[in-house]
Amino acid sequence: MSYGIRLHVRGRHALFTRPELKVERASYDVMPPSAARGILEAIHWKPAIRWVIDRIHVLEPIRFQSIRRNEVGHKAPAGKIRQAMNRGDLGGVQLLVDEDRQQRASTVLVAPAYVIEAHFVLTPRADADDSEGKHLDIFNRRAARGQCFHQPCLGTREFAADFALIAPGAPLPPRNSEAETSDLGFGAPRDLGFMLWDIDHAKPGRPSLLFRASLRDGVMEVPQPGSPEIRQ
Amino acid sequence: MTPLSRRHDFALIFDVTNGNPNGDPDAGNMPRLDPETNHGLVSDVSLKRKIRNYVDLARTGEAGHHIYVQEGAILNEMHRKAYVALRPDDTKAAKDAKLNPKDDAEALKLRDWMCANFFDVRTFGAVMSTGINCGQVKGPVQMTFATSVEPIMPVEITVTRMAATNEAEKKKAAEGGDDQRSDNRTMGRKHIVPYGLYLAHGFVSAKFAEKTGFSEDDLALLFEALTSMFEHDRSAARGEMTTRRLIVFRHQNALGNAPAHKLFDRVRIGRNVEGEWRALDDRGLGNLAPARRFSDYVIEIDREGLPEGVEILDLV
Repeated sequence: MSYGIRLHVRGRHALFTRPELKVERASYDVMPPSAARGILEAIHWKPAIRWVIDRIHVLEPIRFQSIRRNEVGHKAPAGKIRQAMNRGDLGGVQLLVDEDRQQRASTVLVAPAYVIEAHFVLTPRADADDSEGKHLDIFNRRAARGQCFHQPCLGTREFAADFALIAPGAPLPPRNSEAETSDLGFGAPRDLGFMLWDIDHAKPGRPSLLFRASLRDGVMEVPQPGSPEIRQ
Repeated sequence: MTPLSRRHDFALIFDVTNGNPNGDPDAGNMPRLDPETNHGLVSDVSLKRKIRNYVDLARTGEAGHHIYVQEGAILNEMHRKAYVALRPDDTKAAKDAKLNPKDDAEALKLRDWMCANFFDVRTFGAVMSTGINCGQVKGPVQMTFATSVEPIMPVEITVTRMAATNEAEKKKAAEGGDDQRSDNRTMGRKHIVPYGLYLAHGFVSAKFAEKTGFSEDDLALLFEALTSMFEHDRSAARGEMTTRRLIVFRHQNALGNAPAHKLFDRVRIGRNVEGEWRALDDRGLGNLAPARRFSDYVIEIDREGLPEGVEILDLV
């Protein structure tokens, strides 16, 4: 735990899609741990390390908006592409969007801001020159300079995330005082229901792992890997 | 072609005059609005559509510049020929369609081939249902929603057509109205924004460019598309749309040399009050008429104390 980091992220919109509502996407109320992990990995990640989210602070009120867009109904079929490759001719490899339309609404979060508290652990793929200090230094250096592997996003790529490192010992950015209501669990903890913890990429079928999320005084505690609160 | 080696962030500023830059399917094709602030919105996918259309127009049939996600009309003669050539294979295709790539290596090969041939796959990425979860391409270029810099006021305009669509409609009109002229008329609606200046942010990740082979030439083509895409997207609904500024922040480093939001803060858009820049939320602007042309705004770029290794390119 001595290798913890804190990152301030915010944006104009966010869409953390609930797995059960993903045709007409609806966002979770709060950034789930898997999305937070994705943001950290966008800044620094190597197979030698694994990010573990400890807690997420919510700094702004939870507000929603609906956006409907024309979307494409299908993915690219690998079979067609392979045929075209073998044939050496591009014919038939395209999607006609006007004939394959789906209008879908997304319920997105408005002006969210969070502080992600996390640390990383070394994985079995770490070798002799992977020390914890090295990766911590790389992350801190990149985050402080605004460097990233790719611009992190709040759930989906059209909602870019602004990020800033909170230096060790520095105070947290102030929470919007209007947000300090029962909505964010001030007074009594607010139950957020079951939330996606992460996806288990190691197991066949890639099962989702869930946990019972709640907000207490604007902070969501995230269970550690392997703890009994995480259910499949 | 060498892949891009430097990170770029860009701010695209465009305007619309008496047109609808992006209709909202939820609101009967009214211009998209942020319901809390009344600022106008243009979705990221709308802008990407225009980039695809421009590249398709400008590089028709050129190797490596095909467009995967196409609009209904296939303008391209070559594509139609390819389509015809394809038909005999179709029976075989039906059998083959159920096959998935044998392994990760083949999925990778498929991905690379798509990236090499299709500009939009290389640029924006695509999801390929390979059955194995590695046929997904994340493109280096990411765009956000464009937002108007001030609240917009959409206007509904009713228009008439001097003909009926069918006999039934004609009868109905004849029964309802005393006005002889209304016999054959149909009423229609147009939604326009009298004027709106929009700002969108974009990001080009050099690290993702390495993976898809997005090159310096592709970047130049992307900026060309952002500059000219509205010139080739004229229609009755759009009114006059123009790219006004394209400000690119070029980092010396693949990972970048400064946070994107700090660079974007350097682009300051204000109202033009007798030649002077005034902040948009300036209370003193209350008596000023609503903006109706680009010259009602002033765009300043703060070039002071630029972080080391960041260069500003003013492309428009």
